[in-house]
Amino acid sequence: MQQVFKRPDALCDVNLHYCPGCTHGIVHRLVAEVLDELGIEGKAIGVAPVGCSVFAYDYWNCDMQQAAHGRAPAVATGIKRVRPDNVVFTYQGDGDLASIGTAETVHAAMRGENITIIFINNAIYGMTGGQMAPTTLPGQVTQTSPYGRDPKTQGYPIRMSEMLSKTDGAAYIERVSVDSVKNINSAKKAIKKAFQTQLDGKGFSMVEVLSTCPTNWGKSPKEALEWLRENMMPYYPLGVYTDKTAENKAE
Amino acid sequence: MAKVVFREERCKGCYLCMDVCPKKIIVVAEDRMNAKGFRPVEVLKMDECLGCAMCATMCPDCVIEVFK
Repeated sequence: MQQVFKRPDALCDVNLHYCPGCTHGIVHRLVAEVLDELGIEGKAIGVAPVGCSVFAYDYWNCDMQQAAHGRAPAVATGIKRVRPDNVVFTYQGDGDLASIGTAETVHAAMRGENITIIFINNAIYGMTGGQMAPTTLPGQVTQTSPYGRDPKTQGYPIRMSEMLSKTDGAAYIERVSVDSVKNINSAKKAIKKAFQTQLDGKGFSMVEVLSTCPTNWGKSPKEALEWLRENMMPYYPLGVYTDKTAENKAE
Repeated sequence: MAKVVFREERCKGCYLCMDVCPKKIIVVAEDRMNAKGFRPVEVLKMDECLGCAMCATMCPDCVIEVFK
């Protein structure tokens, strides 16, 4: 009898602190599997954000750094420029990347920094207790939008993949989801391609992962996945937004 | 012949594995709890397991190992 599925080596054998049913764990595993498959665990340097995934530095076996809130792309830029042979990636939530860290993210993309960003979009602030995020959907009830987000007063949700795909520096941007086995497998392919983009020196790559927050959405893990499918996917369509990997040849 | 092994102490009882199992053979272990206080899952009809690893793919906590 052969083992066909096991915990990836790049994922430390520790308890993840996430709530039951939180899809952070799935994305952590996908990144670890990709690090294993590309054989880059030894030269990968991850940058953990502020947010629920702040403890990511304890979970991956590669070298990790922890950045100030939203500044992970800036820290990753520094690491990558000093150590260009290493594979540098950030793992950020929507409050981190799309709110306080918008400037760092946009400018990292504009500069075409050769880093990889894994962006977890769950339409809410998780760690701080379920406040409205820039990605919160219109009408969505959160702690700070008890009557539902009203775009007239609170603005419209930000679509990061669409926005960054318009930048000249971005080489590969895709939005994926982890709501089903099929989508999880596609998400892994996208993450692998993003890392490959960096290995080939082609520039900025980002994978946006639609994710759930059962606790702060006030739903069971199963209901949360259904809510993601019914509400988030229509607003945040899955797909490849930029793919210049064929044309941007490394020098 | 396939088999799944659960690391019960890591299970957080989200039961996402139960929904994706094509054979619906994963059930809640009603007779015990793990140290975290969750009722883990178990498979009673292991001979029906396909070894498709869909449960393991969906599990957020790497609880499941699959053998085939």
